[in-house]
Amino acid sequence: MSIIAITILALCAIGVTAAIILYFVAQKFKVYEDPRIDEVEEALPAANCGGCGYPGCRGFAEALVKADDISNFNCPVGGAAVMSHVGALLGHEIKAADPTVAVVRCNGTCENRPKTNQYDGAASCSIAASLYSGETGCQYGCLGLGECVEACNFDAMYMDEETGLPVIIEDKCVSCGACVKACPNNIIELRKKGPKSRRIFVSCVNKDKGAVAKKACNVACIGCRKCEKECPFDAITVENNLAYIDYNKCKLCRKCVVVCPTNAIHELNFPPRKEKPAANPDAKTVKPVATKAEVQDAPKAEPKANDSKDETSDNK
Amino acid sequence: MNTKVLVAPSPHVHSGDSIQKNMYGVVFAMLPALLFSFFYFGLGALVVTLTAVASCYLFEFLIQKYILKTEVTINDGSALITGILLAFNVPSNLPIWIIMIGALVAIGIGKMTFGGLGNNVFNPALVGRVFLLISFPVQMTSWPVSKGLTSGYIDVETGATPLAIIKEGLKNGQSLSSLMDKIPSNMDMFLGNMGGSMGEIAGAALILGLAYMLIRKIITWHIPVAVIGSVAIFTGILHMVNPEAYAGPMFHILTGGLLLGGIFMATDYVTSPMSNKGMIIYGIGIGVLTVVIRVFGAYPEGVSFAILIMNAFVPLINVYVKPKRFGEKRK
Amino acid sequence: MLKTFSIGGIHPAENKLSAESAIQVLPIPQMVSIPISQHIGAPATPIVKKGDEVKVGQLIAKSSGFVSANIHSSVSGTVFKVDEIMDASGFRRTSVIINVEGDEWLEHIDRSEELVKEISASKEEIIKRVGDAGIVGLGGATFPAHVKLSVPPGKTAEVLIINAVECEPYLTSDHRIMLEKGDEVLVGTQILMKALEVNKAIIGIENNKPDAIAHLTKLAANYNGIEICPLKTQYPQGGEKQLISATIKREVPSGALPIEVGAVVQNVGTAYAVYEAVQKNKPLIERVATITGKSLKNPSNWMFRIGTPVKDIIEAAGGMPEDTGKIVGGGPMMGKALSSIDVPLTKGSSGLLLLPREETARKATKACIRCGKCVSVCPMGLEPYLLMVCADKKDYERLEKDAVMDCIECGSCSYTCPANRPLLDYIRLGKGKVGQIMRARK
Repeated sequence: MSIIAITILALCAIGVTAAIILYFVAQKFKVYEDPRIDEVEEALPAANCGGCGYPGCRGFAEALVKADDISNFNCPVGGAAVMSHVGALLGHEIKAADPTVAVVRCNGTCENRPKTNQYDGAASCSIAASLYSGETGCQYGCLGLGECVEACNFDAMYMDEETGLPVIIEDKCVSCGACVKACPNNIIELRKKGPKSRRIFVSCVNKDKGAVAKKACNVACIGCRKCEKECPFDAITVENNLAYIDYNKCKLCRKCVVVCPTNAIHELNFPPRKEKPAANPDAKTVKPVATKAEVQDAPKAEPKANDSKDETSDNK
Repeated sequence: MNTKVLVAPSPHVHSGDSIQKNMYGVVFAMLPALLFSFFYFGLGALVVTLTAVASCYLFEFLIQKYILKTEVTINDGSALITGILLAFNVPSNLPIWIIMIGALVAIGIGKMTFGGLGNNVFNPALVGRVFLLISFPVQMTSWPVSKGLTSGYIDVETGATPLAIIKEGLKNGQSLSSLMDKIPSNMDMFLGNMGGSMGEIAGAALILGLAYMLIRKIITWHIPVAVIGSVAIFTGILHMVNPEAYAGPMFHILTGGLLLGGIFMATDYVTSPMSNKGMIIYGIGIGVLTVVIRVFGAYPEGVSFAILIMNAFVPLINVYVKPKRFGEKRK
Repeated sequence: MLKTFSIGGIHPAENKLSAESAIQVLPIPQMVSIPISQHIGAPATPIVKKGDEVKVGQLIAKSSGFVSANIHSSVSGTVFKVDEIMDASGFRRTSVIINVEGDEWLEHIDRSEELVKEISASKEEIIKRVGDAGIVGLGGATFPAHVKLSVPPGKTAEVLIINAVECEPYLTSDHRIMLEKGDEVLVGTQILMKALEVNKAIIGIENNKPDAIAHLTKLAANYNGIEICPLKTQYPQGGEKQLISATIKREVPSGALPIEVGAVVQNVGTAYAVYEAVQKNKPLIERVATITGKSLKNPSNWMFRIGTPVKDIIEAAGGMPEDTGKIVGGGPMMGKALSSIDVPLTKGSSGLLLLPREETARKATKACIRCGKCVSVCPMGLEPYLLMVCADKKDYERLEKDAVMDCIECGSCSYTCPANRPLLDYIRLGKGKVGQIMRARK
């Protein structure tokens, strides 16, 4: 009996001593941390994606607390809601930033962009890009090895097996920019999401001269400047044989989409066109252009069919 | 319609070496020892080997297909090696159900929990073996006496291994020289005429296998030489210090699982270091630990434990022991 | 025991199919495309424009820096255009495209076969002429030759090593040059010795070319200070650092140049080109290439004009075999796969290899079984398995620490790997990234 008593007493004594030592050590080595860091971290989405440019949400929270002006900081995942919450916590005014979304600027599907050779190296876009100009005649377009999909932490991307191109699932995309960094050809861009997710962009990054680009890919931007002339808002610039639409200037009038001879300009999530260009007001937004193309020449018809496919998947 | 030219980074040719070639090469190298075990233990050896191999294949298949739901890679030959090595490490009269438990532990815990071939820290066959040794000490240490090809399976006469004879004898205060008379001659031990597990007895066959693997360049000399050499040197020193208490190097090399361990188990690709320097350090570690366990420990045999302990050090060795770099200043 | 380098190495099947075939002259094509970047360093600046008449040997693009090289017209005719075309690098690059009309050479070029042994040019003149002639390392790396000849202040060259090992399987162009232009090579070597102010030169030849060793040993008796050094056949002996290790038993430290140990290495083809430039005033407008492959009708060696399309040399050797899976510019270990047969042959084209699909298509990658074979074959003593993982996981700090920059991209690791892992693919990627980081730091 006495053994049990002694054991219990001894253990208690050890426990108490250890607790006292721990208490003093903890006091001695205490590191002061701004309590607001925890608060801010709590407010952040805890995705730890690094989209803000800081190592995880904690790192971002530390930077936010330290900064005097947080107007340049943005959490791409949480967007304006989270940032205004953070602003309130830290006592800053926050202007709502426009939500953005990743956009794949290449429509070089297997049909649009015939392969000239077969890549047989390690399945990595960066390796293929450093080796040569790719499986097709276009040295700027998507290499189709899915490094962006691998980089995505939110399951917001997948490779479409039919087209060989990555597809962004808009609802899941938090616009963290991981895919943008992963792509060695800089095809993916974060663009303003637009009202009702409506946006217009040039789905091509080919800087070759028109003839070369067109030969490599049916839907390449050939730098013809028709869209530039058409745009009433000066939102389109053509540089290095490639058109680019400034999403801050673009008023989504869709005039450029119609004039593009190669259908390189895409419109997303717009209601069906009711006006004239073609006589066929179909349910599908791009169909009118497609029918027009079909009349002109056969090969152009296919890309359009793909465009609509592309868009439906984008809409998912 | 696959006529487009291929484009890939260099090199554009390959040696043609493959995992299968290496694995089946090891299996081929184990054949002499396997034949010897059939020759000494007859039916028992056959039953144990077949059970071990079949259950290793079965468990690997089931785990990959239904639990991990990954590609089934039982064709790579690694399950075959694990099966044979497991059989090599147990007595030939071990009941089937115990062997199957061993196989399950070897494949399931020893290999698949780590992510399959290439990722396991410990040699799977040894994990299985040590698990059995601790869980079923009686069955695992009743070594059948060799009766040649006509040996039966379960009801066989059993005897002790030379290592156990020495260990027990020394513990009971007998002198080493009197004990030495009870154990077989070096030549008999070399040819496998002694008590022990199925694969470890025939030193000659194991060395034949080693020669084959060296010639085919499946393994390099570093690990076997380091293991056997360090055992020889360490026991040699002990023997010189006190010949009455410590047996000589020849005895330690030929008895027990040293040759089997040093040649087939320590050299397992996955669980051994990558660089030659690392391999030598690892081999010496195994040799020294084996002798320590055999001479000073409670178990009569220590090769399995020594290898498993050194397996645990392999990641550390890989980080700290780098191969000699070209252009590095020689000290 | 024959000499070889200190660590690692492999011995792939030699397949020197065209070793017996004498060098033939490839007909001049109707049109040549001469890229302005055929060397390591800054691309040359084109000095001709559409419609200009050019003669053989005329400068058409001027070296644009110290590490750069002149480019000369290899044919006579009219410049069709200066435009971007796909070249052997796999990218679209600026090239001068010339329509061939006749074969009119610049007058000061001596086209006779006569051997000129007397070296009248001084050290400075030699380096200048080598630079003017646009000579680059013809072993495949295409490093401008005059840069290597200009020994940096504070360093002295002790020995010139001529790289005649031709360790790449299949290729035989250097072998044929030694057999057919032995004297020219030796005079070229003496010129290089004079430029470097050394009195010793070692020609390293692997012993799978006994006829070349015998032939040059016989000829070398007539020249001062040239020693022929037979070497054990082992890949990658043609690597600069490996060759120095094999011939003079010195190891070039990590990140340093061969001059650090007093050696300068030049290729045997370069020595021949230097002879022609210095003694005959002939710029680098043609070279010898091997066209080979197991299914090819006629594996052979050809003297071609720079800028000739690849398809011409394939035609000359009997046409493209049915089973061709890959067209490699260079040897099978370090060559570059071409995506088209329309690309031009350049200064760096030491050979063209048509590999059957079966032989060259990669097999499925398996898990690393940690066999350590890549570590044991690496001639630089690196750990390819680790570098691959670090490159894949983007751990550039560790890559740098584990000396990824020492990798010579010989491909021994990928060649050996039993799990068919694309080790070098990832290491090369990591090397590129680490290189960028290191340059950014400076």
